[in-house]
Amino acid sequence: MKFDIKKLLSNQLVIPFAAIIILCLVNLGYDIVKDASFFSIEVVTNNSGNSVFSGPLITILDYGSELAILAIGMTLVTAASGGQDISVGATIAIAGSAMLRVLCGGNTRPEVLATPIIVGFLVACIVGMLCGAFNGMLVAIFRIQPMIATLILFTAGRSIAAWINNNELPIVPDPKFAYFGSFIPGVPIPTTVFIAAACIITAALLLKFTNLGLYTQAVGINESSSRLNGINPTAIKFISFIILGLCVAVAALIKVSRLSTINYSVIAKDIEMDAILAVALGGNALSGGKFNLWASILGAYIIQFLTTTLYRFKVDSAALPAYKAIVVILLVVFSSPVVRQKMQQFSSSRAAAKKEVA
Amino acid sequence: MEENRILEMRGIEKSFPGVRALRGVDFSLNKGEIHALMGENGAGKSTLIKVLTGVYSKDKGKISMPDKDDIQINSPQDAQNAGISTVYQEITLCPNLTVAENMYIGRGKGVITNWKKMNEDANKILRSLDIPATATQQLASCSIAVQQMVAIARAVDMDCKVLILDEPTSSLDEQEVEKLFGLMRDLKSRGVGIIFVTHFLDQVYEVCDRITVLRDGTLVGEYAIADLPRVELVAKMLGKEMDDLSDIKGEIAGYQGDIVDDVVFEAEGLQSDAGIKPFDFYIKKGEVNGFTGLLGSGRSECVRAIFGADRVLAGKVKMHGKEVKIAKPLDAMKCGIAYLPEDRKLDGIVGDLSVRDNIILALQVLTGFFKPFSKAKAQAFAEEYIKKLNIKTASADTPIKSLSGGNQQKVILARWLLMHPEYLILDEPTRGIDVGTKVDIQKLVLELAGEGMSVTFISSETDEMLRTCSRLVVMRDRKTVGELSGEDLSQNKIMETIAGGEG
Amino acid sequence: MKKRTIALLSAAIMTFSMAACGGNTGATTTTTSSSSSSSSSSSSAASSSSSSSSASTDTGAGSADTGAAAASGELIRVGIINNDPNESGYRTANVKDLQDMFKPENGYDAQFAYSLKNDEQIQAAQGFITDEVDYLLLSAADTAGWDGVLKDAQAAGIKVILFDRTIDADPSLYEASIVSDMAKEGETAVNWLAGQGLDEYNVIHIQGVMGSAAQQGRSGALDAKAAAEANWNIVEQQTAEWNAEKAQQIVQSVIDSKTPFNVIYAENDDMAKGAVAALDAAGISHGVGKDVIVMGFDCNKWALEELLAQNWNYDGQCNPFQASYIDQIIKTLESGATIDEKTIIMDEKGFDAETITQQDVDDYGI
Repeated sequence: MKFDIKKLLSNQLVIPFAAIIILCLVNLGYDIVKDASFFSIEVVTNNSGNSVFSGPLITILDYGSELAILAIGMTLVTAASGGQDISVGATIAIAGSAMLRVLCGGNTRPEVLATPIIVGFLVACIVGMLCGAFNGMLVAIFRIQPMIATLILFTAGRSIAAWINNNELPIVPDPKFAYFGSFIPGVPIPTTVFIAAACIITAALLLKFTNLGLYTQAVGINESSSRLNGINPTAIKFISFIILGLCVAVAALIKVSRLSTINYSVIAKDIEMDAILAVALGGNALSGGKFNLWASILGAYIIQFLTTTLYRFKVDSAALPAYKAIVVILLVVFSSPVVRQKMQQFSSSRAAAKKEVA
Repeated sequence: MEENRILEMRGIEKSFPGVRALRGVDFSLNKGEIHALMGENGAGKSTLIKVLTGVYSKDKGKISMPDKDDIQINSPQDAQNAGISTVYQEITLCPNLTVAENMYIGRGKGVITNWKKMNEDANKILRSLDIPATATQQLASCSIAVQQMVAIARAVDMDCKVLILDEPTSSLDEQEVEKLFGLMRDLKSRGVGIIFVTHFLDQVYEVCDRITVLRDGTLVGEYAIADLPRVELVAKMLGKEMDDLSDIKGEIAGYQGDIVDDVVFEAEGLQSDAGIKPFDFYIKKGEVNGFTGLLGSGRSECVRAIFGADRVLAGKVKMHGKEVKIAKPLDAMKCGIAYLPEDRKLDGIVGDLSVRDNIILALQVLTGFFKPFSKAKAQAFAEEYIKKLNIKTASADTPIKSLSGGNQQKVILARWLLMHPEYLILDEPTRGIDVGTKVDIQKLVLELAGEGMSVTFISSETDEMLRTCSRLVVMRDRKTVGELSGEDLSQNKIMETIAGGEG
Repeated sequence: MKKRTIALLSAAIMTFSMAACGGNTGATTTTTSSSSSSSSSSSSAASSSSSSSSASTDTGAGSADTGAAAASGELIRVGIINNDPNESGYRTANVKDLQDMFKPENGYDAQFAYSLKNDEQIQAAQGFITDEVDYLLLSAADTAGWDGVLKDAQAAGIKVILFDRTIDADPSLYEASIVSDMAKEGETAVNWLAGQGLDEYNVIHIQGVMGSAAQQGRSGALDAKAAAEANWNIVEQQTAEWNAEKAQQIVQSVIDSKTPFNVIYAENDDMAKGAVAALDAAGISHGVGKDVIVMGFDCNKWALEELLAQNWNYDGQCNPFQASYIDQIIKTLESGATIDEKTIIMDEKGFDAETITQQDVDDYGI
């Protein structure tokens, strides 16, 4: 079997997989030096009396879920509009706040839920989609640069979230609500993993049984040409923002459920940047066009992998953004045309050298 | 330098990566003359203007003016200092400032502005040029023509010796054009040399003294207006000598099959927001017809209006005699109309997508959002047409952008043929592709018509149209000016009709 | 009719809360003597604010006086400049406390201005000076830049009282400054922890936004203690930037690394909550008599309820209720007396899960 370096290098998944391998090796090295075990998964009994899995890998899967879900929507928005939504964190606050408002019925410390959880979640979905529709309208219809358009909710979103609940911080009394961010009794795997899996499967079905992927890429690559082929670019961009809005609502459910309450100013803080980074890590062009959803999702888990690894190494958490910045720099450099060309030249010259030797 | 000369350009060369835009072009301008610079789009007019105004720097050549031999113009500022001013098609003034401010903006020698003096000066100039505006009026409150005039007034006041008007009339109505011409004649009498760039032949003959014609970046010639009849001007622009063109038909036999007397498509008073005058049009089953005219005459705009690519403002459209509504491309596609656009790169290919996705795109969209083709089916479609049209590509997975221009065009053609349209519109399908492919495409058009497809074919190369079309609609200045068929289908007749009037 | 009922009701609530406030300040000394756990800090607080605790008794009487003043129509005009009420739960409580105090029923005619920006606050202050208020109450967004406007106030004969935050200005420019002592909050907490008598202290220390006054004060005491005592180890020290989710991840990483620990010292309630979520997921018991001691700060109502349920062990107060102190100072100044001590440090308590009562939750929860 022939090993084609050139083809491998051109594959989009090469960057995320390389990142995973590097992170695994780094952790393995740490394990050997410190006699720790990164890859072990244990069964422990949590404080609700359930037997659950525990370990760094479970932590990555658990905490990476919100980001993976957001990466789905962010990838579509990026592909269709050639820009990014930076209001994701703020709209999570809005959707979460709306959900709490409905669940607690405007009461800060209710004894019982005012409405079933599903109603609260549906309201969050509607609110998330409304926020997406607002952004989508600005981008698709008024043709405002996505970053500028979403700057509006980025700035105002957290105040809106606080206003929805009168600046109170309601606490959900029902322990069932906490299941979404932790464990369902009798199930040893974090619920977030199932939620993320459900979202990923839905996205996969959407891509398989509709032309969303083809349309989105066509619009992102050449809007004018897509229009002449009967595609409605405005609608496609709008839909991508609506889908991101739904992802936001699901992420909000997890985020709020983790603590059964909300803090408007810090919930999902800076998550938009991580979501954008996930898209970039997946090797997707931030200028839109062709995309690979699976690479973005992988990118999301890699970011959590990186975070977990850094915590493990007791790196100062205030320094985390600096490490992410290094990743961004490496990514940008490696995907720049100059380096790509050099790498291709290198691999082809090596191939030529091999031939000569042979 | 000759007496009376105000500007001389000699042997101007300018290249861009991959293109030689100007190859040794000469140009001269006299004091007090209006000099038309003519040529089809891409002939090098704008490049020459931009070299003269310092937007581009020339690679080779010499620009001279009376007071200085070989002046260096490396920035618009240099051009302005040399007394060369430009008024562009799009107004480049600030609509929210006053007329006077617009005339003096960016010209202050000191920091302090004497507003009163500025307004007085401005009024003086406006009055002397008979421009119906006052200094303190906000520019936005003036009509487009007056704004254009203010831009000219600004240029004139800057002591300009050479005034370049780049398509100044394209957004003006007839009365406004007259006003502008009045101003131009006035300036001419004051000794200003005016370079006038336009694609309206009538206007050239109305106001200009001399004409310089460019084609493909080279100088065709410089003529006094009286020495160059319209037909010859058109011939020069197209690059065909009148006599050479008379007997070209017949190398490839045109379509000779049965034309069934069934009108497939019919338009009445169709008009779009792209600035074409309302036009009527029809095509029969198995017919190949075409729109001809100079580039920019509105022929692409006509077919875009048919396909719903531009916003349709008025008109009735019928398919097989039944009225239909075509507001957007998808409507046209549903009626069985396909459109291969003029600009392959901008409107045709979806660059990063594979050849396969590019081929299936239109049919896929027509099939519906919720009915994607299976990968095997898409692959089968792609392979069928790669073979049928002899598309040279490594595989169906290759991104279309890495194919040659001719093969890209074949992919786009495949995209529309896959849709099995009743009516196929091809706008410049042969531009920028090799000769072999050109012949392939022409043959294909005739074959398709033989199978009963109606085809509208547009090409800048008249002989291509003569070979393929049995009827030609002639366009000038964005309206249809004639229809040729049968005996009339000749190079000479086409040019006469394009030139219009005397000739 | 309805309006009137509401007015009456609010007045009733107001007097109740006032009574509660007065009662609290008065009660501090008594609680102090009874609860040994928070003795050291509280007793020092009591001694430093002995004047205030004695004065607190006449708050009740004072309210009667002001009621009379209100009736006679001589309201004291105050301009209050504060930070945005949405900033935090602490600020919300602080704003509400001030609004409840400075009302016509209490003899005040108050105007409020809220902003997180210093320049907007200064503008508001100038507005109040032009309006010729009697007192300017100020919680400044930034410490610098206030000299000019305070001099203007002085020239106009307006008395300035700082609350919650100090500024970099000559003390002669203001009458009094009522602040929390963050370092002491930390000390109180650390002393309480030391009083637990563990054999070994393995502490996960979750810090607030680095460089903030609250973080510096609350970290300082713990750092000093850990450096001084051999059996105190800080197994993890990370900033979660007041963010519960980050705190949860930080504690999760310690659990995953299998490092033993028995104390969580979180510099606010949110972060303590995040930490507890991580403990719950890993099946680590916490609270009174359990494996891990949980400590928080700010006395959010829900946090105090966790104490009451014995899920947490300790919560340190950051007192947002400055209104009664300010009221007293104004009363003192109005009576012609002078203020001896310019800087008044508020009473701040630390609550122990073993001794906390429902009454405490109701009184001190914010």
